[in-house]
Amino acid sequence: MGSNAYISLKDVVFSRSGRRIFDGITLDIPRGKITAIMGPSGTGKTTLLRLIGGQLRPDSGSVQVDGHEVPRLKRKDLYALREKMGMLFQSGALFTDLSVFENVAFPLRVHTKLPEDMIHDIVLMKLEAVGLRGARHLMPSELSGGMTRRVALARSIALDPELIMYDEPFAGQDPIAMGVLVKLIRDLNSSMGLTSVLVSHDVPESLSICHYACIISDGQIIGEGTPEELKAHPSDQVQQFLQGQPDGPVPFHYPADDAGKDFGLGGGA
Amino acid sequence: MLDRIASMGRLGLDVVASLGRSGRFLAGVLSGVPRPVTGFPLLIKQIYTVGVLSLAIVVVSGLFIGMVLGLQGYTILSDYGSEAAIGQMIALTLVRELGPVVTALLFAGRAGSALTAEIGLMKATEQLSSMEMMGVDPLRRVIAPRLWAGFIAMPILAVIFSVVGIWGGMLVGVEWLGVFEGSFWGNMQSSVDFLDDVMNGFIKSVVFGFVCAWIAVFQGYDCVPTSAGISSATTKTVVYSSLAVLGLDFVLTAVMFGDF
Repeated sequence: MGSNAYISLKDVVFSRSGRRIFDGITLDIPRGKITAIMGPSGTGKTTLLRLIGGQLRPDSGSVQVDGHEVPRLKRKDLYALREKMGMLFQSGALFTDLSVFENVAFPLRVHTKLPEDMIHDIVLMKLEAVGLRGARHLMPSELSGGMTRRVALARSIALDPELIMYDEPFAGQDPIAMGVLVKLIRDLNSSMGLTSVLVSHDVPESLSICHYACIISDGQIIGEGTPEELKAHPSDQVQQFLQGQPDGPVPFHYPADDAGKDFGLGGGA
Repeated sequence: MLDRIASMGRLGLDVVASLGRSGRFLAGVLSGVPRPVTGFPLLIKQIYTVGVLSLAIVVVSGLFIGMVLGLQGYTILSDYGSEAAIGQMIALTLVRELGPVVTALLFAGRAGSALTAEIGLMKATEQLSSMEMMGVDPLRRVIAPRLWAGFIAMPILAVIFSVVGIWGGMLVGVEWLGVFEGSFWGNMQSSVDFLDDVMNGFIKSVVFGFVCAWIAVFQGYDCVPTSAGISSATTKTVVYSSLAVLGLDFVLTAVMFGDF
């Protein structure tokens, strides 16, 4: 992908608690596009976002964001780089002691010296973009799961970032809320020219909006390409994941001793 | 046997690692240059939360402890016909020891546990992570104001505790049991030294405030982000703070008053 890559990972190795999460992952995420990172639960998709955001450091390998080598950045430079990033957490991660309006205003108040009336207008514009201008007085405890994520989305675009990372945005959402989020992610990407990284295991929704996708399993990328290329991918493991088959290269049964022996039928002696 | 030695070794390593983490954490919190414009309102809010809201428990406890000291002091001193020295006894006990120590124990239970639970819950709900990803350092935005607030509020609370305690002792000794008011205050004035007693007690409360606030914010920040993890961290805050206060009190008392 070369110079068009906004994020570039090369031979990234990362282990935690003695378990190897990534075993030499190489991936380029194109600028201005939606890239979906998919894979079964527990494969380290969220960990990948944290490596990109500099919250974790790889054991070895390179993580570059907009030309900056993230693991080598000084604390001050890392925080400056993060001002260009937005991240939508799975839980929304709204500040529970602040109202919807103040949550969205938070990054503006911290990072800019804009006058109050301008902050007011920007916050309302961002809330309008996610359809929640009327909910600005509510507290996070009064919001539904879908509304929480939309407010968090408004907050993450408050500073007009270049990159936005979505951590499981569709998990646990009803069909309407899911449809709203799919529309928002697509519209925000096209209207703001964002680079979007979407981590999810919801295959149809992710493939419907992404320009490029990759599937991670067992610390490796097992398939990548455009949605059409992935759907025609020859790997059985990729097809098992995309079609949600219960058995295949990833077995239904956890490895166990011979069944006859376990049930005391004498067959496994 | 080998397993026991191994588990003791592991425990030792865990303790050292935890001390190391807490030291680095403290350095991270204190290394930032305070920003008066944004930092001051946050500090005031936290002083209100950890200080002003702890006033009720501190005042009520101080009053009762002072009253009990008055009763006990009168009972013992009247045997020797020296009940007039009750003012001196109450003041020295409160200013030197009970004021700083009991306030610190109350502070750890009331404000310390609340700080740990609040920060732990912010960690569990990814609020701290989201702050980091917004380019805002949670050590400076969330932790530093709480640490400084505890450090500032605790000595003031200890002073209030001692003052209310002396007043409670006066209520019992003078108003109820009939000790002559002139000798109550006169003995107190002549025996309590500002530098040796009041200032040393104040220094103790400053140290206790810093230690209690440090333990509380560190336990919250370092906790396992689950319900069980937050519960365990809150318990640790109260236990470690209480033990640290009592241990440090012995050391400080030996240094300040151990001129034998």
